[in-house]
Amino acid sequence: MTARSFATPTATPDPGPRQGTLTRGWRGVERALDRVCGEADNPLRQLGALGYLMFWLVAATGIYLYIFFETSVDGAHASVERLTHDQWWAGGVLRSLHRYASDAMVVLVALHLLRELALGRFSGFRWFSWVSGVPTPWLLVASGVTGYWLVWDEVAQFVGIAVTEWFGALPGFGPALVRNFVGVDAMTDRMFSLLAFLHIGLPLALLLAMWAHIQRLTRPRTTSSRALTLWSVAALLLVSLVFPAQSQPPADLLRAPATVPIDWFYLGIFPAMYESSPGAVWAALGGTTLLLVAMPWAVRRERPAPVVVDPANCNGCTRCFADCPYEAIEMLPHPSGRGQIASVDEDRCASCGICAGACPSSTPFRSGQRLATGIDLPAFPIDALRVGLDAGIESARAVEAGAPVVLFACAAGATVPKTPGVLRVDLICAGMLPPAFVDYALRAGAAGVVVSSCPSEDCEFRFGARWLSERLAGEREPGLREAVDRSRIRFVRFAREQPGELAAQVERFRVELAARPRAPALRAERTARRESVSTGR
Amino acid sequence: MAGRAFGWIGQGVLYALFAAAIGTFSVWPAYRHLQPDEALLRLSFKHPGKFVTDCRSRSAEELAKLPPQLRAELDCPRERSPVRVRVDLDGRTLYDESFQPAGLRRDGAASGYRRLSIPAGEHHLQVQVNDDVRTSAATYQGERRVTLAPGQVVLIDVIADQGGVVIR
Repeated sequence: MTARSFATPTATPDPGPRQGTLTRGWRGVERALDRVCGEADNPLRQLGALGYLMFWLVAATGIYLYIFFETSVDGAHASVERLTHDQWWAGGVLRSLHRYASDAMVVLVALHLLRELALGRFSGFRWFSWVSGVPTPWLLVASGVTGYWLVWDEVAQFVGIAVTEWFGALPGFGPALVRNFVGVDAMTDRMFSLLAFLHIGLPLALLLAMWAHIQRLTRPRTTSSRALTLWSVAALLLVSLVFPAQSQPPADLLRAPATVPIDWFYLGIFPAMYESSPGAVWAALGGTTLLLVAMPWAVRRERPAPVVVDPANCNGCTRCFADCPYEAIEMLPHPSGRGQIASVDEDRCASCGICAGACPSSTPFRSGQRLATGIDLPAFPIDALRVGLDAGIESARAVEAGAPVVLFACAAGATVPKTPGVLRVDLICAGMLPPAFVDYALRAGAAGVVVSSCPSEDCEFRFGARWLSERLAGEREPGLREAVDRSRIRFVRFAREQPGELAAQVERFRVELAARPRAPALRAERTARRESVSTGR
Repeated sequence: MAGRAFGWIGQGVLYALFAAAIGTFSVWPAYRHLQPDEALLRLSFKHPGKFVTDCRSRSAEELAKLPPQLRAELDCPRERSPVRVRVDLDGRTLYDESFQPAGLRRDGAASGYRRLSIPAGEHHLQVQVNDDVRTSAATYQGERRVTLAPGQVVLIDVIADQGGVVIR
């Protein structure tokens, strides 16, 4: 039997997922954690949602603490001490939870940034999500630093002076800024009100930034899975009970504490400043920020052209609008005056083809020499998929004298090399496969069809694997016809690190199918008819 | 079943480690800001220097050239002198710096901030301030013998209303 592999006319329209060392390293850690936590409850796969969880935990505990907090120089420290000790079972625990959830949020935001960087998810259509995420670490740290001021203990004194020394190095602020924290009478109740205002205002600004950060996502995930939420809260409660947050002695501006037990998650920049200079820290952080902002344009990757809507074939069904993972599609009045038509925002389009897979016009059973659909990828059109599939199956049947197994495989997931008896069809995303193509392949003479997607939480385009799964199960339009013989279909999910597992699965299925009576090629007649149309016979 | 137990135990260990890391680095290691036998000297002031030149009377010709609403008899340039501060500790000069007035026209107050850790103990502190370019001598000065405990802060300020140099 001859080895044969199918390739569409534009077989590599997409550069595919990143494969660099950082990417492999991150994915290795993530997949290792999958084995412990399960893919659905892997914290590394829900870092953004966990960040939101921490924010709400901090906000809720902060509201409670603020009820008992006294906004004055003389009363602040004492009120926090009362909270910590007189009602340790509530105020004390919540104060600790407030601190540790804040600390955890810094870690989560840092990991979230590192993950997207490692996976190369910062350029092209993702530029807005990336750039809008850059201010969040600044706002987060600023929110936390102002919180440390409010306790008005030795740490607060250290932080207040360090912050004003740091900002004092900037033109426009000047060295007079630090005078708010160095004179005996420098600190006033009015200043304390300002600090309290900052500690409320900055988190609100952070929330605004977090909201903006997810604006280009459909169904953004802002809540973590139940198990993950419970584990996270339990872990933070545990540390709150074992290491309750404590205040240092009250601030005394006539004394400088020799050692300060600082929170390194928020205050680590200040030792760096004292070991170097305020200017050096500004340069390092400012430079890093600018670099992050510039990354989408500095490190660009070629992507296929965005999808194109064909008004003649778009009936305004809104399925593409519902399925697009990046809100790149909006519905507008149809130029014909009847109903609606999809409109694509090219800047947001990921060129994943999920919309083409959702389009009811993408069925290969439609007559016509060229399969035109309502919304299509110019570099990887649905018509090319059908033409290639027809040619591949017929060629395989002719050359190999046997019906091949068609493997529709997501290019971002596991792939198999050329294999005898297997016709591989690479897809940019498994979600771009209209389910009717499975039916079509079987009726065209395929012995069976394997549809391989990434694991659901591993989808390069967020919802490709999930939508495909639901479509094949008939739970989402367009669904696979009920009459299709499910025993000749396998839907599998393998990550790109699992080519061996996919190959074994496909081979087992091929052998299993080979042992069955061969199904007739019902598609042969249809193909012949289409050829007769094209040749005018 | 064994896999499920492994998952629960594994997650428990991982979350406990995460919690321990959060709790630990939230306060540890303590940052040593000063050595145990050190005190801190801070110079912090915001002080407007004297005007660089005195007011002068405008001549009748000069006044005539001005728009009616601007015909003030006195011409008072607003540029201020830089503030030069020299701090000597036990006869050794720690700072001798000149701080420029703020503002594009240099008509604002000069401000400065310096911090320096010094050995705790008894010291003789001498501060000289010049805020007038028309004289080279110190316009304000102060000196004080201070005994500083470890961690104690001595603050040098310039407050004209309180006699100029303030050491506390």
